[in-house]
Parts: sequence; C-alpha cells; structure tokens
Amino acid sequence: MLSVAGLTVRFRHRTGAATAVEDVTMTVARGEIHGLVGESGAGKSTIGAAIMGLLPPAGEIAAGDMRLGDTDLRTLSAAQAHHLRGKRISMIFQDPQTSLDPLMTIGDQLVETILAHEDIPAEAALTRAVDLLEEIGIANARARIRSYPHQFSGGMRQRVVIALALCTNPELIIADEPTTALDVAVQAQVLDLIRKLAETRGIGFILITHDIGVIAQIADRVTVLRDGKVVEQGDTARVLGAPEHPYTKALMAAVPPLDRRLRRFAVPRVEGEAETTDLTAPAREAEDWLMSGAGGGASMGPALDIEAITVRFTGERRGLFGPRESFVALDDVTMSVRPGTVMGLVGESGSGKSTLAKVIAALVHPAAGEMRLDGAALAPMRRRTRKDPSRRVIQMVFQDPYSSLNSRHKVLSILTEPLRLYGLERDEARQDRLARAMLALVGLPAEVADRYPHQFSGGQRQRIAVARALLSRPGLLICDEPTSALDVSIQAQILNLLKELQTKFGLTTLFISHDLAVVRQMSDDITVLKDGKLVETGPSEAFFDGPRHAYSRDLLAQTPTVRFR
Amino acid sequence: MMLARLMQTEGVWLFSRNPAAILAAIVTIVVVAGAVLAPWIAPTNPYDLSSFSLIDGLLPPLWEQGGDPRFLLGTDDQGRDMLSSILYGARLSLIIASVAMGIALVLGVSLGLAAGFFGGRLDAIVMRVADVQLALPAILTALLIDGISRGILPREVHDDLRLAVITLAIALSLWVNFARTARASTFVERNKDYVQAAIMMGQHPLRIMLRHILPNIVGPLLVIATVDLASAILLEATLSFLGVGLPADSPSLGTLIRIGMQYLLSGEWWILWMPTVFLVVLVVSINLLGDFLRDLFNPSLR
Amino acid sequence: MVGFILKRLVQSVFVMLAVAFLAFSLFRFVGDPVSQMTGVETSLEDQARLREELGLNDPFALQFIRFAGDLVQGDFGYSFRTREPIGEMLLTRLPATLELGTVALLISLAVGIPAGIYTALRPRGLVSQSILIGTLIGVSIPTFVIGILLIFLFGVQLGWLPTYGRGDTVEIGWWRTSLLSVDGLRSLVLPALTLGLFQLTLTMRLVRAQMMEVMRTDHIRFAIARGVPWRRIRYRHALPNTMIPVVTIIGLQFGGVIAFSIVTESVFQWPGMGLLFLESIRFVDIPVMSVYLVVIAFFFVFINLLVDLIYLAIDPRLRVRESA
Repeated sequence: MLSVAGLTVRFRHRTGAATAVEDVTMTVARGEIHGLVGESGAGKSTIGAAIMGLLPPAGEIAAGDMRLGDTDLRTLSAAQAHHLRGKRISMIFQDPQTSLDPLMTIGDQLVETILAHEDIPAEAALTRAVDLLEEIGIANARARIRSYPHQFSGGMRQRVVIALALCTNPELIIADEPTTALDVAVQAQVLDLIRKLAETRGIGFILITHDIGVIAQIADRVTVLRDGKVVEQGDTARVLGAPEHPYTKALMAAVPPLDRRLRRFAVPRVEGEAETTDLTAPAREAEDWLMSGAGGGASMGPALDIEAITVRFTGERRGLFGPRESFVALDDVTMSVRPGTVMGLVGESGSGKSTLAKVIAALVHPAAGEMRLDGAALAPMRRRTRKDPSRRVIQMVFQDPYSSLNSRHKVLSILTEPLRLYGLERDEARQDRLARAMLALVGLPAEVADRYPHQFSGGQRQRIAVARALLSRPGLLICDEPTSALDVSIQAQILNLLKELQTKFGLTTLFISHDLAVVRQMSDDITVLKDGKLVETGPSEAFFDGPRHAYSRDLLAQTPTVRFR
Repeated sequence: MMLARLMQTEGVWLFSRNPAAILAAIVTIVVVAGAVLAPWIAPTNPYDLSSFSLIDGLLPPLWEQGGDPRFLLGTDDQGRDMLSSILYGARLSLIIASVAMGIALVLGVSLGLAAGFFGGRLDAIVMRVADVQLALPAILTALLIDGISRGILPREVHDDLRLAVITLAIALSLWVNFARTARASTFVERNKDYVQAAIMMGQHPLRIMLRHILPNIVGPLLVIATVDLASAILLEATLSFLGVGLPADSPSLGTLIRIGMQYLLSGEWWILWMPTVFLVVLVVSINLLGDFLRDLFNPSLR
Repeated sequence: MVGFILKRLVQSVFVMLAVAFLAFSLFRFVGDPVSQMTGVETSLEDQARLREELGLNDPFALQFIRFAGDLVQGDFGYSFRTREPIGEMLLTRLPATLELGTVALLISLAVGIPAGIYTALRPRGLVSQSILIGTLIGVSIPTFVIGILLIFLFGVQLGWLPTYGRGDTVEIGWWRTSLLSVDGLRSLVLPALTLGLFQLTLTMRLVRAQMMEVMRTDHIRFAIARGVPWRRIRYRHALPNTMIPVVTIIGLQFGGVIAFSIVTESVFQWPGMGLLFLESIRFVDIPVMSVYLVVIAFFFVFINLLVDLIYLAIDPRLRVRESA
C-alpha cells in the first residue's frame, strides 16, 4: 500500500546541509503495524513528516520515491497534498494535551475534519462522529461530543485524537510516539485500540517510537534506524528475537528486562568515555576522598525512616469566602530505607513519588509526619536550616539533565560549589583537582570541567550531575527518574554507573521511576505508591515474583516486555 | 561572561546578516558619541550667552540659500547654532533616559527577582503595587510626580531639582516593566532543577538569586532595557514638550521641539524639524536594536 | 468561574482603594488645603475654625474614610483655582476624552488586528516587511510629533482638516458629542489618528507575535495533518487562540490611550479631561489632580474587569469546569 524507496532528506543549515534521512526503503501493507524505532536523532519523525508532506521549510527531499497505492506522493501539488492529508494519510501526535484546539468542542473538530474531505450533510457527519467515539471507547458519546478537550483525561484525550485521525477512513495513520506521554495502564489501552483498528479496519500504521517494549507489544514488522539509515528491517519477532546487526544487538542488550535483574548491562564502550571499572589514577583519588569522609559517613549510608508523611497542596479559593481547594499529594505514607541499600519508588504520574523525594530533600513541606535519618530527627522544609548537616548528607540527581545544571556556569564551578558550600575543601587548587578527579570517576575526561553544560549530551550531563552529588560526600542519594529523559543505550550506561557507585560506596539510595523494569535492575527493596497512598513496600525480588496487591499485579502486567524466544 | 559567549557565537553571526541591526548600531553609536562628546565637538556652547548673537538669528541650514558655513544646520531666533543645541539637547535627553532606565532596572529587577523567588505574600504585595502602577500609565505618573513636587517644593528649589524630579518620575513609571519581566522569568527558572538543587543544598537565597537565576534571565531583561531606554527618551521628550520637563535655558530634545513648534507655520522649518528628525532617528535605531535582541533571545521566532 | 470573577473584583477594589489612598495623601499632604482655600487676610482663628469644619483635625483613618465615601457618592470637592465643583468640571470634559479615546482605540483595533494577522501569515512577504518597518518607526515617533506631522500635512499644507478644538458639537442631555456633526467629525479625524497610530503599532506587533506562536502549536499542526481547509485553520483555530491573550493586553492598552490623550489633547487643544489635568498641574490645583487620578484609575479597572468577563465568555477552559 505504502512504499518508500531510497528516501533521502536533507536539512539546510547556516553552515551547509545535513542529511537527516538517508536511503530509507520500507513498505507498509493494509492492516500492518510497522514500527520505526531508533534513538533520538535517528530520523524517525523526519520520515513521518516527509510522507505527510509536512517537512519544515529547511528540509527537502533530496532523493527517493514515495507511493501510496498508485499515487506518487512526491509529485503532488501543495493543494493536492493538503487534500490527501486527513483523507488518505492521517497522523497522531505525541502529546494529547496539546494536540487538540482547546477552544473548540471535540464534536466541532470531528465534524470539520469529516466535512473537509467528504461532501455529506453536517448531521450525517455528526452521526458518524458519535458512532466513531463510541467505537473507540468513549461512553455516552452523544453527550460527550459537546465537551471541550480540557474536560477529558489524558487517555481519553488520546482516544479523541485517534478518532480525529480515523474519522475520514484513511488508509495509513502515522503515529508519532502516541503513548510516550501516557501512563502504562492507559498506554496498554491505547495500544490495544491501535491493534484493533489495524485488524478490523485494515488501516496501515507507522508507529514511531523510541520504546522497544511498545514495538515488541504490537508491531508486525519493524525498521531499526540509526543516524538516518536503516540498520535492520523485518518481522518484529525476528529482528528483536534474533538481531543480526551489532547495533540492534547492543540496543536489545540495553533494554532492561522485567523478568530478571542484571548485574550490569552489556554496553559497548562509548568513544571518549573511560570505562569506569578499570580505575585511572585520578578516579582512584576521588574514590579515596569519598571513602575518607569524616567518620566513614560516606562508606555506609544512613537509614531513612519516613513516618506518616502527609502533603497537601492548596489550590484556588472556591469563592470569596469559600475554603481553598486542597489536594492531598501524599496521604499518610510510612516506609523505611535500610542503610546502604537501594529503595525503588514506583507509581504512575500523580502518585506522589516525586513529592516524597522533595519532602525528604526539604523542597516541599509536609502537613504531617516525621522523618528520621539514622534515628535522628530530620527536620522538614520549614524547620530545616540552611546549615543543617543533613543538607550535605542528602543529595539528589534530577530527571531532566538539561535543567539540573546551570547553563551559565562552567562545569568546574558547578562541581566545586558543594566543596566550598560545605567547607569540605578550602584550598582552591585542591577543589579544582578533586572536581576533575570526580569527573574521571563518573567516566568523563578532566577537560570537560572547562566547558559549559550545553556542550554536552544528556547522558554526559547526567554524569556531571552525579559527580556534583558525590562531591558533597553524601550518604543518601535521591535519584528522581534519572534516566527517563535518556535514550535506552545511554540509560544503560547511567544505570551501570549508579550501580557501581552504589556498591562501591554503600550509598543509601532512593530510586524513583515509572518504569518497573528499570526499578527491578536497581532496587533491593520496592515501594509502590498510588494517588498519594502507599500500596505496598517490601523486598524487591519477592515483589517481582508475586506482588501482594492487585494494583501492583496490574502494573506489572501492563508493563511491556521484550521477550522473543 | 554570558555576553562574551553570546558574542562569539549566534549573536555575531545573526548580527552580521542583519543590515538593519548593523545600521541601527552604527547610528546609535554615532549619536551617543556625538551627545557624550558634545562639549568637545559641538561648534559652540548653546548655554554660553556670549557665544551667539541675534545678528545670526534664523539662518537656514548650509545647503539652503542664505546658509552660513559656520552653522551647518542653521540657527534659531537667538542666533544659536542648531547643531550645537541638538547635540547638547541629545546629551541631556540621553543622560536623563539612561539614569532613569538604570534606576528602574535596579529597582524593578530586585523586586521582580525577590517576588518571583520567594513568592507568597511578598509576591502578592509587589504585584498589587505593580497593578496600581499599571492603572496609572507612565506619562500620568511622571506628570503627577512633577505636579506633586511643585506642590511640596518652593518654586526656586523645584526649578533647581527639575532634572532630578523628571529623572525620578520617568524611573518610577518604568520599573514595572522590569519587575514583571524579572518576576515571570524568575518564576520559570525557580522551578527548574538547577535552582531546586541550589535550594536543597542550602545555598543562601541572595546567592541563588544573583549567581544562579540572574544570569539566566539577562536576555529578556536586556530586551526590556533597550526598549525602555527608547521609551524613556520619548517620555522625557513628551514631558518637555508638555512644558513640565526641562526649561528653555537648558533644552533637551523635547524642549527644542516645543520651541520649534512656534515655527510650524512660518518658513523656518529647520528649527522644528532638525531636532525632531534627530530624535526619531535615535529612537528608531534603539528600537531596531531592541527588536534584534528580542529575536535573538526568542529563537522560536526566527 | 464565580471564584475567578470574585478574585478579579477583589483585586479591582484593592487597586481602587490604593489609588484613592494615593489621591487622598496628595490632597491632604501636598500643599495645605486651608492655606489654599483662604486668602492672606483670613485670621488664624478663622483658619483654625475652617480646619475644624473641614474635619482636618480628625484622625487620619477617619479622614480617609470620609474622602473615599465622598468619592463613592460622586462628591468630588472643589477646585482651588476656579472654585467650581470638580464633578461638573470633569463631566463637561468627559465626553470629549471618551469619544477621542474610543475612536482611537477602534482605529487601532480595526487596522492593527488584520495587519497583525496578515504579517504573521506571510512573514517573509514584501508587504509584511514594509508594514513591520513602518510599525517600528511608528513606535519610535513620539505621539506629539505624529500630531505635529498630521497638523502640518493635513492642516497647514493641504488645508483639508481642522487642527484645533472639537468643532461643532451636538448636546444630548449633558453629553456634548462631536460625532453627530460633519464639522465635529472632521475635527475628530486628526486627534483620533494621532492617538490611534501609536496603539495601532502596539496592537499589530502583539497580534503578529501571538499568531506566529499559535501557528507553531501542536493542535494547529494536527489540524494541518488532518487536511482541515487552510481558511478554517487560520480563522477558526489560530485566530481565536491568538485573541485570548491579546484581549487582555488590549485592556491594559486602554491605560495608554488615556495617558496619551493628555498629549494629543495638548497638541490639538482638545477640550477634554487631559487638558484639564495639564492645567491643574501647571497651577498646582491639587484637588483636580487627585480626582483625575481616581477617575482614570476607575476607568482602567472597569475596562479590565470587562476584559475579564470577555475572557470568560471566549475561553471554555474558564467557563466549563473539568468533568472527566
């Protein structure tokens, strides 16, 4: 149905042209779900845009053929291409929050799309819109069709987006990361829906994603891309189950398995980054410095006890004298992290896992509850002074490596800040030396200290963030989704690094993630949160063998797995 | 530091490809240099009564018939050299505008930073004051302050303090722009992880605001500063035009235009139009630079 | 929704109170009212009696409450200079300023919004670039210079339009309008253009920036990907989303219109409130200054409340509560 041959796309830059997609050949048959998988910069979205005829102005198709049925997509005029969009090819975007016009009812948006392509009365279009919403699982569609997008939840909104892509019966739908912004439970439902639509309506899908789990779950065939080139192509079971190309193999090795715990990921060495296992001299120096921490504090992390922590956020006042709306982000949560172990904290978005981290880090003040660090009371935000010793002991690695480092400061200045702040090293030359040594320990060359954060990739920045945390000589490390902004191969490297450092220094670690497979790789114990409440907490292996709670079982079942034997 | 980095990369490249910005920069530099150096380069000193005489009154510019080589842009009714008057006038206008903009910047940015960083009650108070200030637009505020100072101060003192009063009036009517921009940007930065990390580590709030946040919000503030410098020049000119600004014996550009208005209907066009064109060219150039900076700091508009 | 309106109402009341307090301080502390009202021959006893009668010896808070109460009831006091009631003075001049301001605002919206849309949709076209350069020069020319230019061109050189005053006016009750006579309308053209031109450039640049921002959003890209007709994408999707923030800013701009009407009225000798205010400053007529302040702030706050209501009407996210 769709055939792409030798597609090459170039982008003009101020310094010349860059090839984003090179010589890509692929086909999509009726009812086929074709996965396009690759890491950031692989060119997957560009292929989608090229097929849609929606490349940004700087982009141009340099070579290749694209045919949909017997229509040559490359020879279409702008007007013809616009008419073809929606009618024969449609698209689903990543974020359902922003894909819909907030000022128009979903009914109007559906009807306008149908009327744009078909010459039928408005009532007929409305009837079809209602039927379609019913079909994709929106209950009471006749009434709901008059609602505005903000009146739907994220998952429901993505269904509406799918209905919009579907309402003119296109032959092909390009879905660009359709479930990336969704929780696993909703993701599973949306993927089921796509599967069903491919089967019952015979629509061909191009599923663009970075998530190999998603591909494994529903794609019939898959194309693996790297740097704009096709690395491997074929049936999903074959490509993922018995990859032939070294890149695909490496990619598969980097995917954290849900069914077992790896000691470390088998990742190939990356150019410019030292292997962390064979220590260089500076790295050993940094290690010695960490070990020599006052009172051996760094060699064995403290115990952390959380008791009956409750957090309320206040919202808008309902009326002039009405009470403020309040929202309970954490409800009576009690848990303990054993000294020197890793506690995995999991839950869907809005479950309160990040809030708990912020309570411990004194960024959010709890309404009630107590915290203890090695038995001693840990003051909550409003009572924790700037000079409180726990400020040094508790350090955090944040989710977004692009915002966690001040882009106006040199890496050296970022790294030496804790040394100066906590008075760990007063001598400037020694601060400089230690900062560079710590970079070696996290696998970066010493020269990077003289550069600015924006000159680094996400993975490198996350290493810098880890180095900054270590330079406080911490006892408790909070990792808040440290790898969820990273590509899977980079994630594997960072997870390896964290594992090594944790074993070496016995840091007590709170590891927060939405991804159960990642948590399994990291944790000794696990705690599950849902809507601010504790679902269960206990040893990790027992949890993965058979969770006690029904919610945990669902969570486990809905997490996509990659297993082809 | 940040500026230095900017200069090496994007900024210079974009600047070199933007003829309007280059032209604007050249004009601005020439005008500012002319104004600053007025005492040294102006042909005569218009404040010095002995340096001109009525005999030279109302001479047209050099290129018109009857022009005098001593007076490139002609003379006014007193025989003052127009070019000298304009240079000295621009000097005064620029001094008032830059000092006012500087005061507004320091005041507005401090309040905006603190409001955005601490939030809560302080934020509410600052923003409500800003609301009140917004309800009283710039010209109104400036006029009001001038009026109040006339009410409070004896006449002679008021005349002496005119320069200070007008500068303060302009500064007070411009601080809101800085405060609102600084607050909005601080609010965004505050919720970024690097600031959260600094708070968590227990760094001093002042240090976080000045060392961490401020360098990251310089971009939008620079744009506001440029645009507000232009506004301040316009405001000063307008106030002087309305007769509440500077007196005729130490004329700013606005005062010169007000004086020139008397010649609107007669043939001596240069007395009105020379300072007017000078003022407009200066403000257009500064605004062009502001536009360039705005595009530079908002890459999505490129 | 009710909460939103209430919140804005409370904020408005706060702004009004603050401005009233400012005006009161001005009235009470800048220049002594008693010495302003009496001549040199008035005895000290008489002055003291007057002071007592005026309640100037009462506690500060009480005086302020009385001042605010009088304002609310429309009792604005008397001018030092003319001894006329300020309320009447303002009322005779109010129509002139409101007509000028409204017509100017209409001009700026009627031209500024379409021009903003056009330049946003065709950012690289020759026409757009010319408009953009034009508006940049527009914001850089002081209002009074625009006025002078227009007077020079249309009044002096071409002699087409009057350059002075309101021309013939028609009285409807106490409202003297210049909108109902040819001469009045002719007189209105130049001042309204002068005042409108500056606002026009601001409106246009704002609409343009906002529209360009909206055209890049996901929901517009999705509409393009669905093949929705371009006209609909531009005018049914992009335009409403553009106008929501623009409406708010236009409310704020009303303050600018009022402020610059002072300048315009001065250039054209337009007998409005702005001219009155300028005179009161020149003669240090404190009561008129303080009342003018309150009236202007009231208009500003009122317009912005109106804008909030419009906002509420056009944005379903505020109108309809979440129900999913």
